[in-house]
Amino acid sequence: MKGLIAIFLAAILTENYVLCKFLGICPFLGVSKKLGTAFGMSVSVTLVMVMATAATWPIYTYILVPKNMEYLQTLVFILVIAALVQLVEIILKKLIPPLYNALGIYLPLITTNCAVLGVTMLVIEKGQADASFGYVQSLVNAFGAGIGFLVAMVMFAGVRERIEHCDVPESLKGLPITLVAASLVSLSFMGFTGVVENLLA
Amino acid sequence: MAEKSLAKEFTKGIIKENPVLCLVLGTCPTLAVTTGAKNAIGMGVAATLVLICSNMVISLLRNIIPSKVRIPAYITIIAGFVSIVQMLVKAYTPEIDKALGIYLPLIVVNCIILGRAEMYASKNKVIPSMVDGLGMGVGFTAALLMMGMIREFLGTGCLFGFPITKGLLPPIIIFILPPGGFFVFGMLMALANRINKGKSAAREPGCGSCPMVATCSKIQNGEGCDAQ
Repeated sequence: MKGLIAIFLAAILTENYVLCKFLGICPFLGVSKKLGTAFGMSVSVTLVMVMATAATWPIYTYILVPKNMEYLQTLVFILVIAALVQLVEIILKKLIPPLYNALGIYLPLITTNCAVLGVTMLVIEKGQADASFGYVQSLVNAFGAGIGFLVAMVMFAGVRERIEHCDVPESLKGLPITLVAASLVSLSFMGFTGVVENLLA
Repeated sequence: MAEKSLAKEFTKGIIKENPVLCLVLGTCPTLAVTTGAKNAIGMGVAATLVLICSNMVISLLRNIIPSKVRIPAYITIIAGFVSIVQMLVKAYTPEIDKALGIYLPLIVVNCIILGRAEMYASKNKVIPSMVDGLGMGVGFTAALLMMGMIREFLGTGCLFGFPITKGLLPPIIIFILPPGGFFVFGMLMALANRINKGKSAAREPGCGSCPMVATCSKIQNGEGCDAQ
């Protein structure tokens, strides 16, 4: 249990996918203008991350590895994610229309979100390095990564709303000042280095 | 005449429509692998190879792929080439494979490649598509190399692994850490803005730069995710 909490907290704070691993930067910069959209996008990403990991981990471990076809990882994973996203969209549309209306816009975009493909591959990599990192640990890691994405997005949306009202030099207007702000937010996350290990030691 | 326009296809990717600094595509690898000039070149070359090959095949198949399933078809083609490049890199330059790590297979979801497939290769003939891929790839590599050199020089005092400052200037380690990546990228983009004087300023990576822009029903209804 302690191990799982450590994995979860590490995925949010020290291994934050957006600010420390540079995965999912496009939505981070593109969809963080408003708090509402930032939140909707992050919830969809978290959902897809957990489901994608739930689907790809068994496929890799029980189909690709026994058949010595690890080299197909990239191809299989992206197709599974694309199919999964489509499936989720159809199911949500049919069964839970309010949720579809809230999250539906973001779902097609998530197929090409590198954070989702990234998390499915990174948990496999971690499992190879450490045999005790199994299915449950992978799912917890994926969930933590999603929450980490949410924390970064929501925090940054707040920062951006403040920037809107600032007097910014001509050349820095728009994206450049956003990146400088992202740099500062990322700097603050560097402060978490070592926190998780010491917290649960 | 034909040669002239081919040259134009090539140079537009490097300067006017530089995928990183002007179109703001492929930001993830731009920030992640530019801790050193060597990694930047490795990433740039790998992405260029994939870009040329996928543009070629997609352009060849542009009349065969039904438009409804074209995005999955493109992703499959791109993923195939990424797997090939991944194996080549693993076999011939294992140290670059180690340095790039997860970002090498992630070329699959690099928006530059899917974006060019959707915006260019699916509408143009084979040769111009390949030239477009080459131009975009070189532009991508150039931007990565510039970032990589700046970050490596300021962060470690080296260039391509060779010590330059030799302790005269203390290295500013923050530049090879994540915050430095965001900062250098922002500054480069500001510089590009300044040079272009707003003529082709970097635009916000909202729905406009999204590779799914053509298929997204929400955008057509004016409810895209960057709608104000």
